Amino acid sequence: MSAVAVPLARPRVVRRLRSLPGAVQAAWVVIAVLAVMVLAGPWLAPHALAQDVLLGTVPAGSPGHPLGTDALGRDVLALTIAGTRSALVGPLVIALGSMSLGLLLGAPAGYRGGLLDSLVGRWCDLVLALPPILLAIVVAGVIGGGYWVSVAVLVVLFSPSDTRMIRSAVLATRHRPYLEATRVLGLSTPKVLVRHVLPNIAPIALTNVFLDVAFALVAMSSLSYLGVGVAPGAADWGRQLSDGRDLLFSNPAASVVPGVMIIVAAVAANVVGDWLADRFGVGEAVSA
Amino acid sequence: MRLAASIGRRLVATATLLLALSFLVFSLLYLAPGDVARNLLGARPASPESLAAIREKFGLDQPFLTQYWHWLSGALTGDLGESVRSGSQVTDVLGQRVGLTLQLTVLAFVIALGVGAPAGIRAARRHGSVQDKTIVSLAVVGVAAPGFAVGLVLLYVFAVMLGWFPVYGTGDTPLDRLWHLALPAVALAAGLAALVVKVTRTAVLRELESDYVTFARARGLTPRAVARLYLTNAAIPVLTSAGLLLAFLFGGTILVETTFSLPGLGSLLAESITFKDIPVVQAVTLVVAVVISLAALAVDLLTLAVDPRVRRAGLT
Repeated sequence: MSAVAVPLARPRVVRRLRSLPGAVQAAWVVIAVLAVMVLAGPWLAPHALAQDVLLGTVPAGSPGHPLGTDALGRDVLALTIAGTRSALVGPLVIALGSMSLGLLLGAPAGYRGGLLDSLVGRWCDLVLALPPILLAIVVAGVIGGGYWVSVAVLVVLFSPSDTRMIRSAVLATRHRPYLEATRVLGLSTPKVLVRHVLPNIAPIALTNVFLDVAFALVAMSSLSYLGVGVAPGAADWGRQLSDGRDLLFSNPAASVVPGVMIIVAAVAANVVGDWLADRFGVGEAVSA
Repeated sequence: MRLAASIGRRLVATATLLLALSFLVFSLLYLAPGDVARNLLGARPASPESLAAIREKFGLDQPFLTQYWHWLSGALTGDLGESVRSGSQVTDVLGQRVGLTLQLTVLAFVIALGVGAPAGIRAARRHGSVQDKTIVSLAVVGVAAPGFAVGLVLLYVFAVMLGWFPVYGTGDTPLDRLWHLALPAVALAAGLAALVVKVTRTAVLRELESDYVTFARARGLTPRAVARLYLTNAAIPVLTSAGLLLAFLFGGTILVETTFSLPGLGSLLAESITFKDIPVVQAVTLVVAVVISLAALAVDLLTLAVDPRVRRAGLT
């Protein structure tokens, strides 16, 4: 996002960050640190998957292994840094993908109404009738593909709530004078939607992308926790949690550290999402 | 008349939704990679005879819709087929597991409502205070934190570090069972309570800002009488969100039961997915779909009975 502009505009970024509420400041800092871990992970922890079998499981605070090692003798700190990529890239793709689907289905449905609207509405009802986490576990688990299959399934499962959100946002702007004017001018529907409706619903879309990232993070880590989507022993927070569960007595850090990382990352995305919602005056969205 | 039509429409909608869901659930059989007959055979040796027997038994050579009808009519009469993994009747397998999940979810629901509703009301009454901010921050963490991560942290702190609660097992006597289910129920309730706080706080705030509360206060009604007025009205949106809460509860129970190694429906679903025991996966998913749809229906009918405004306008 702002990563490219940082070197040039640093003073302003710092000044703007300082003026934010404490929790939002902390959330942005967490997101920045996580972004560094995603981008520089392989460089920060090049030997994350290297095993130190002779050593076995050592507890946190051991020399050379500040967070100890897991059941395979791998360094928990390095593994957690390496796992950031798997934990965050998928959710980001899910949030952007489901919002794109939401815009694609929701905007025409809200703008045109009629048969298209009721078809889209029924589709959303159908998918939302079951808990998304349960559906994701069942569908991705039964298909049995890898990481990207889970991501694709979650994009589809997350899109109905985005679709509904976008639909009602478009519905609310439909009778504004400037849109009536575009109709009088005889502009085509796609052109009106892209040029005149989209800029007005962008704040809502952006807010929900952040809230979706938080929820997708939880969903993806839930899937990998249950062994769906990632191979055993992979560097992934959810997987680390389930692999480390049996080490609660020998090295609790092996599962508690990735667990806390998931919570911290999800809370940060949620806090930023709520803050954006406040800022843009988007009504409180209960996202679940 | 309008009321009857409204209820009728709602019933038809529920039935249609369930029919569509059951179709999707049945399709899971064909979503799994590989040959359906081999999948249904599981770990048993695959000879041409046994494969032919499976095809015959499930009618796999018949058209898809015929198979679906066969499965659906079985499900409606309580016959959900056989588990691939154990060979026993799916309904028996479900029967062994459903009790624990029921106890866990009811316990979590009671904790979540008991903690979440008063906290939400308190936060709304002291809107903007430190108390309000603390409660809202805790709710943000609660909504964001997955049940299994909370469960693991609880396990570590209260079972391993402090040793107050057991790490594994389900307990024998009722009291022992409660002691064993305490940590899982709290892990499951954390996210739920956070949702209840959010919904309750928003609902109470909206009522507190409305004219009738100001007017009631100006007329000199006791604070208690005023509270009774706005709490009754605020209860309606909380009630309507029960479907959302239930969905959250069922999603979470899969993870929490797995974390605490509890033999309930959730861990059954997780195991069955690992073992590709499709008939059991279908059955659990169908049961959850039915429970959630019926709960949503019950809530709507209840709102209809409680709220005269909805009765006049009809259900949407």
